[in-house]
Amino acid sequence: MVEDQTPRIGVFICHCGTNIAGSLSVADVVKYAQTLPNVIVAKDYQYMCSTPGQTMIKEAIAEHKLTGVVVAACTPRLHEPTFRIATREGGLNEFRFEMANIRDQNSWVHMHDWDGATAKAKDQVRIAVAKARLLEDLTPKSVPVEHAAMVVGGGVGGIQASLDLASAGIKTYLIEQTPSIGGRMSQLDKTFPTLDCSQCILSPKMVDAGRHPNIILKSYTEVESVEGYIGNFEITLRRKARGTRNAAEMEAAGLKGSGCNGCGDCTSVCPVIKPNPFEFGMAPRKAIYIYHPQVVPLQYTIDFDACVKCGLCKEICGPEKAAIDLDMVDTFEKVKVGCVILATGYDLIPIEDKTEWGYKRYENVITGLEFERLICASGPTGGHLIRPSDGVTPMKVGFVLCAGSRDNTGGSSKPYCSRFCCMYSLKHAHQVMEKIPGCVPYIFYMDIRSFGKMYEEFYYRIQNEGAKFIRGRVASLQEDPVTKNIYVKAEDTLLGRPVTVECDIVVLAAAIKPKADAEHIRQMFGISKSQDGWYLEAHPKLNPCGTTTAGIFLAGVCQGPKDIPDTVGQAEGAASAASIPIHKGEVELEPYFAQCVESLCAGCGMCIPQCPYKALSLKSLDDGRQVMTVTEAKCKGCGTCGGYCPGGAIKMQHFTSPQICAQIDAFLLGGLGGEQ
Amino acid sequence: MADEGWNPKIVAIICNWCSYAGADLAGGARIQYPPDIRAIRVMCTGRVDPLFIMKAFNDGADGVLVSGCHFGDCHYLEGNYKCAKRMFLMKNVLKNIGVNDKRLRMTFVSASEGAKWGVVMNDVINTIKELGPSPFNR
Repeated sequence: MVEDQTPRIGVFICHCGTNIAGSLSVADVVKYAQTLPNVIVAKDYQYMCSTPGQTMIKEAIAEHKLTGVVVAACTPRLHEPTFRIATREGGLNEFRFEMANIRDQNSWVHMHDWDGATAKAKDQVRIAVAKARLLEDLTPKSVPVEHAAMVVGGGVGGIQASLDLASAGIKTYLIEQTPSIGGRMSQLDKTFPTLDCSQCILSPKMVDAGRHPNIILKSYTEVESVEGYIGNFEITLRRKARGTRNAAEMEAAGLKGSGCNGCGDCTSVCPVIKPNPFEFGMAPRKAIYIYHPQVVPLQYTIDFDACVKCGLCKEICGPEKAAIDLDMVDTFEKVKVGCVILATGYDLIPIEDKTEWGYKRYENVITGLEFERLICASGPTGGHLIRPSDGVTPMKVGFVLCAGSRDNTGGSSKPYCSRFCCMYSLKHAHQVMEKIPGCVPYIFYMDIRSFGKMYEEFYYRIQNEGAKFIRGRVASLQEDPVTKNIYVKAEDTLLGRPVTVECDIVVLAAAIKPKADAEHIRQMFGISKSQDGWYLEAHPKLNPCGTTTAGIFLAGVCQGPKDIPDTVGQAEGAASAASIPIHKGEVELEPYFAQCVESLCAGCGMCIPQCPYKALSLKSLDDGRQVMTVTEAKCKGCGTCGGYCPGGAIKMQHFTSPQICAQIDAFLLGGLGGEQ
Repeated sequence: MADEGWNPKIVAIICNWCSYAGADLAGGARIQYPPDIRAIRVMCTGRVDPLFIMKAFNDGADGVLVSGCHFGDCHYLEGNYKCAKRMFLMKNVLKNIGVNDKRLRMTFVSASEGAKWGVVMNDVINTIKELGPSPFNR
C-alpha cells in the first residue's frame, strides 16, 4: 500500500531486441526519462518481459520505494498483465502500472524516422509518467461464474465443444437454428483423406449429444438477445414454432399424449411438396418433414410458410400421440450461462455472381456441396452421380478449384484460400473414378494445397489413379445448347497454351463465407470481426479460441476457413478454455467502475440514460439531496457516463478526468501537468 | 500555409477494443506513417468528455482525433454513438469560436483494420498540415 505522498515513479524501457532499439534511441529516452519530475529511476533492458527484466522492476520498487511503474515497451494489449503481476510482486498495487506503447505504435510504424520516433518515445514516456503519478490502488472485483455454458451452432464443432463441456460436468445448452444438429458435415458423403463416411463418424457424436445428461439440446432455436458478461450471461432464446412436440415437451406443457416419436405417418399424408434445402433443392420435401433419416432430435417439423393447415397430419397422428399443434407460436426462454462458444459455421458464396461460370444458368454446373449430395447414398439420387440436365451418368467431370477463392476481382469473390476445396476436389475425383469405371476427372487448379497429415499422400494417390490435372485458372464455362455439355476454357500454365475441355458436368469448388446471420450474432455477443467477416480471435497465434470479449470463445469455420480436424481441434480448445472460469467458479473483473463523487453530483440524473447497462440510478442522501449511485455489478467501465456528466461528478476508476487531462497536458505543454 | 519545419501536434484519443487494437495491428504489419500523433487510450470513445477536446486545443493541439469502433461494433454497445453525438456538438463549438472544425475528427477503425489506421494517420496529419498551426498558438 502507498501512503499519500509525493509520487515516486520508475521508468523501464525495453529494447525488445532490435524491434524498438533498431528504430529509435533507447539511450536518449532513458536519459530523458531521468530528467522528468518524480522519476526516481529510469533503466533500460534488452527484454523487459523476461524474468531478469521483471526482476529489475520488482527490485526497483523495493529499493526506491516507488509509487508507480511505467514500462515503455510493446502494447498493453500484449504485456499489461505481465507487468501488472511484476508490479504486484514488487509490493505495489497492480493498478499503479502504466504502459507506454513505443513498439507497436512507434518503432514499428516509424522505422525510417530515427529522430521522429525518438522524440515520440520521449513524449509517450512523459505522458505515461503523467498518468502514473495519479494512479491509485484499485481492487479487482471478483464475481461468481454460472456453472453452465452455451454453444451456438450444432455442426461438428459445436457438437464436439458441447460433448467436452458436458463430459467435464458442465451443463451445456447446444443451440441449433435448423431442426437437426449435424451442420455441414452431415451433408457430406465421404471425408478426406481417409474416405470415412462422413455421416458414419458424425452420427455417433450427434446421438451422444442428443442423449448426454448434461447437454440441453435446443434445435430449431435461435439466440434472440444477450445480456450480461463473463460468468453471468443472460441469453434469451427464441424457440421457433415447430408445429410438433416431443414427449418431454408434451409433459412440460401439461398436455395429454405421448408426443412425436418420429414415425413419419404425418409426412406420408402431407399434400404440400417443397424443395428440400438440405439437398439444395434437388429433392422434394413435405411441409412436415425431417431433413434426413439420421436427424437428432428425431422430431418432425412443420414449415409454416408452406403448410396449408389442412389438418391431415394431425388426423393421422391421432389423439394418443397428439404431437401436432398447427397453431404453435414462437416461444421465448431465458437461460443463464457462464461462458459461450460460438460455432456458427459457413455458407458458400453466391457463385452465380461469377457469371462466366454460368452456375444456375447451365444445368450441368454444380457446386461441391451439391456434388456431395449427388454422390451420397442417402442423397436424392441414392448415390448415383448423374447430370442434372438429362440424368445420364457423366464420363468426363470437370473440377474448377479456387472458384471465387484467392480472387481479388471483388464482388462476391474472396481474397483468401477456403482451405478445404483442394482436398475435397481430390476426394471427388477419387469418388467418380471409383463409382463410374472409365470416368475421367479433370482438375483445373492454381495450386494443390494438401497441407495436412496424410493429405499430400492422398494427392499422389489421386494422381496415380488417373485424374487429369490442368494447372490454370478457368476463364469461362460454356454450355453446348444441344448436348448440355460444358466447355471448360482455361490456360494450361505448365504448357503455356489455352485449353478447352468438353465435360459432361462441372463441379465448382465455391469459396466459403461467414454464415448469413453471423454478423447479427457477432453484434449480439459483442465480438469483433476480421476484415473478411470471420469472427476475430483474441490473438491469431496465442489465443485462437478466445475473443476480446471475456467469456466468449470460438470454434470452427466461424473464425476462419478450416477443415473438420482443425474444427474439432479448435472446438476442444474452446471447450477447455471456456471450462476454466466455469470450474474456477469465479472470475476477476477489471475495476474500471464509475463512481459518483457525491459532493459534486447535482442529482440531475442526466447520466442515467447514457448507461447502456442500466447501472446508474438516483438515491437520496440523509440530508434529502438526490445523488447518482452506481451498481458495480452492472457497470462495465466504458466511461460513457463519465464523459457526459456536466458537473464532472463521475469518477471513472483508472481513467479519471485528472489522469486523462494530465496526459494531454504532458504531451502538449511538455511538463507533467495535472498538479495534485 | 504550413510553416517551414513545423510539425503538427495531434492528440488521438482512441478506444481500447477497436482503434487501439487496429493501431497495434498497423504496427505488426509495419505500416509506416509520420510520427506526429500521440495516442491516449481509453476503454471506449464514450469516455471522451468534451472537456478533453477543449483541453487539448487550449493546450495548443493542432488537431484532435477521436477514433472508436464502427457503429454496431462498440464493445459497450453504444458508446461510439454517444461520442459521435458529442463530436458533432464540439465541431459546432469550434466553428463558433472561429476554429476550422476539420481540426477535430472522429474515425471508426476496427481491430482488424491496421491498413485503415495507416490511411487515417496520413489523412489526419495531411489535413492538419494543410490547415497549419492552430489559431490557439498564434
